[in-house]
Amino acid sequence: MVELGIEIAGLKLKNPVMAASGTFGYGTEFDDFFNVSSLGGFVVKGTTLNARQGNAYPRMAEAPSGMLNAVGLQNRGVKYFVEHLYPKLLQYDTNIFVNVSGSTIEEYIACSEQINDLEHIAGVELNISCPNVKEGGMAFGTSCPAAESVVQAVRKVYNKHLMVKLSPNVTDIAEIAKAVEGCGADSLSLINTILAMAINAESRKPVLSTITGGLSGPAIKPVALRMVWQVSNAVKIPVIGIGGIMNATDAIEFFLAGASAIQVGTANFIDPLATQHIISGIKSYLERHKFNSINDIIGCLQL
Amino acid sequence: MKKTVRDLQVISNIRLNKDHSLLELKSDIRLEGIVPGQFANILVDKATNTFLRRPFSIHQVDYKCNTISFLIKGIGEGTNCLLNSSVGDKLNVIFPLGRGFSVPKNKSKVLLVGGGVGLAPLLLLAGLLKEARHAVEVLLGARSVTDLVELDFFSKYAIVHTTTEDGTHGTKGFVTNHAVMTENVGLYDRIYTCGPDPMMKEVARIARINQIECEVSLENSMACGYGVCLCCITETIEGHKCVCTEGPVFDIKYLKW
Repeated sequence: MVELGIEIAGLKLKNPVMAASGTFGYGTEFDDFFNVSSLGGFVVKGTTLNARQGNAYPRMAEAPSGMLNAVGLQNRGVKYFVEHLYPKLLQYDTNIFVNVSGSTIEEYIACSEQINDLEHIAGVELNISCPNVKEGGMAFGTSCPAAESVVQAVRKVYNKHLMVKLSPNVTDIAEIAKAVEGCGADSLSLINTILAMAINAESRKPVLSTITGGLSGPAIKPVALRMVWQVSNAVKIPVIGIGGIMNATDAIEFFLAGASAIQVGTANFIDPLATQHIISGIKSYLERHKFNSINDIIGCLQL
Repeated sequence: MKKTVRDLQVISNIRLNKDHSLLELKSDIRLEGIVPGQFANILVDKATNTFLRRPFSIHQVDYKCNTISFLIKGIGEGTNCLLNSSVGDKLNVIFPLGRGFSVPKNKSKVLLVGGGVGLAPLLLLAGLLKEARHAVEVLLGARSVTDLVELDFFSKYAIVHTTTEDGTHGTKGFVTNHAVMTENVGLYDRIYTCGPDPMMKEVARIARINQIECEVSLENSMACGYGVCLCCITETIEGHKCVCTEGPVFDIKYLKW
């Protein structure tokens, strides 16, 4: 028997496979397909203090080996989440994170404060990397002082696991990672989507209503791997790898690059069972290579 | 039935014309209670540039033989790949998805308006309405006679009216130019429609003016099909709603059309 369980900053995960924010709804959407409690964890849709309508249609463009989205944090606000969505999460025996975003530091604080009171939420994933909102979002994740100010402020009001989701749209992601670690983050998740664009040559118009959007899927995996490797070499806190993970081999690559856990995002759109295949595939890999535990391969890239 | 994702085998693929085919898949689990207007999201793993699944209305269900059919129109790489599927191929399908059409409680005279490949969800609906003893009429429009497919299927359940843009079959023009819509629309208690957006908007406008209940089936581009990517939204009086889970069928009362 191989051991799939891992610990990230004191938090026990039954396996290192999580579902990424904005690709997994509130878990219930997957109930027909598999037992959601089998996951190491999942991150619910980006939540803001007040309800947001998100951007206008069209919000999606297909790309070679990926897709662009410009959803823009559509959600019903933290109050609705606490009253109507949180009760449905109580049925799951797994680590549930709430992805928190905002336009101002005050919004991040107020939203995180309300989530701090929710017993069944394992942690907050602080989203300082959403490329699809006009104010805030990614702006907090693309400079060290801005990232520090929001992480420091949320750290003061949020007592449980604080994961910070980093933007790849920066010159030096390791610097931002170190700054965020210095402000008391418990872990880092990376990468969010890459700022991108799609054009319809026939109509000579942008495909997305917002002109630009965030690229995800296998197209970004090599960039994500490079950044996970850079960041895990720069910080001591656990790194959660995200970016185009479609199968167990992709996941293994992220563990080798230094990720302690991974999040599956866009793959959830293609195959609702993607996380399940990845969990069993990781197990087979460890057995095949005669490792006893997932911990035996984390950061074990042979140089 | 619950949503499921599984490999279904192609048991027939009948080419109807140069770019339409009728694809029939065998289900390995018992099909039950599929609502007309619901759809499936099909993986196109043989097309290298097609990353996302392609959504298709469920066209026919044969509960005895446990088969499910789709009307495929080849448009891009993904749909053309499905158009050319061979018997024996396995396709990975997520189904049934979305909310379908609603059937009137009282005996009604209903009109189904389909444009182009938009007729796909209307066949199952016509069958169900006929079974429920409603008076069913169908108005189908296409560019040309060669694009008008499955008329004989529809005529089993309904009186069929047609329009073609080039006048090669039925009335010349769009469905909204047909006398059924311009002169006699007041005879119907309810209209169901699926087709290009401008056509459905015009049908909805006529229905509104004449105070006729109307349901439309939308076809927004989507990634997942089960309400998690939030890409396929449409504007409703209650804000943005996912076409894949709150629709694809909407009562026009809720749409900001």
